[in-house]
Amino acid sequence: MDFKSSDTIPGPRTEDHLPHTAQAAVKIVIVGGFGVGKTTMVGSVSEIKPLTTEETMTQAGIGVDDNYGSDTKTATTVAMDFGRISITDQLVLYLFGTPGQERFWFLWNGLFEGALGAVVLIDTRRLEVSFDVIGRLEERGVPFVVAVNSFPDAPRYPMADLRAALDLPEEIPIVECDARRRASSRDTLMTLMRFLHSLAMTGALT
Amino acid sequence: MISGEDGARADLDLVTLIVACADPPLSATPEQTALLRLCTAPLSVAELSAYLNLPYSVMTVLLTELLAADLVQARAPIARQSIADRTLLEAVMHGLQKL
Repeated sequence: MDFKSSDTIPGPRTEDHLPHTAQAAVKIVIVGGFGVGKTTMVGSVSEIKPLTTEETMTQAGIGVDDNYGSDTKTATTVAMDFGRISITDQLVLYLFGTPGQERFWFLWNGLFEGALGAVVLIDTRRLEVSFDVIGRLEERGVPFVVAVNSFPDAPRYPMADLRAALDLPEEIPIVECDARRRASSRDTLMTLMRFLHSLAMTGALT
Repeated sequence: MISGEDGARADLDLVTLIVACADPPLSATPEQTALLRLCTAPLSVAELSAYLNLPYSVMTVLLTELLAADLVQARAPIARQSIADRTLLEAVMHGLQKL
């Protein structure tokens, strides 16, 4: 990490700067398996071009997905794409597209613990990836909704069937979305926010 | 819990907002200088990590040093509470509706 000249450091474009009034940020995590459309969803609603933060895993790299290229046999780089939405002059929302495998989550301290909530993004062709994610979020007490990314060539199932297949409790919303479309991704985030709001109203959030 | 000497790291989140509060001192390392120039306006730890192409863990070490030296200010994120702040949730919903 030697910097020869600070001129070579790519920084934010002028329009990507936050106002000085920005006081605090909140985050929402979009979690799902590889290729499920996390980055697409982040990119469709983000006001900045999605950025990537990386972390290096020096152990327990066995069984890591091929897509997280590794430098050596023992070091694996895990990448997480994220975007940003300015809510007000004071408040900023960040969206993180996070790998579904729990062993990566600890790399970013407090990734889920501090998040307002999570969107579990699902591909109906690979439902099995989602069981584990849903279970882990429930264990951690992270409120979440499920969004089925409607890939054109993916089989379509009634939501009730998917709910049953995922063993999803009745109170947790499940919606269909097209992660490529801004309006659809925004509606998915709104579904999460309404769910969080309803939890707050009933005082059930833990 | 800010300390650069005993190995403890500042309590930073991916979305802690960082703002430089001084120009880079002459003693600053190239990494510190680059970071201080980046955050003349607020930027999250995640954005700094992305722009500087540094792992999050390295970023937190760098920032711990800069916080200890009072060269940057950290604006803590709003984390999920056991009883959620409805006003906050409503503000986020309002912001999303404008998209």
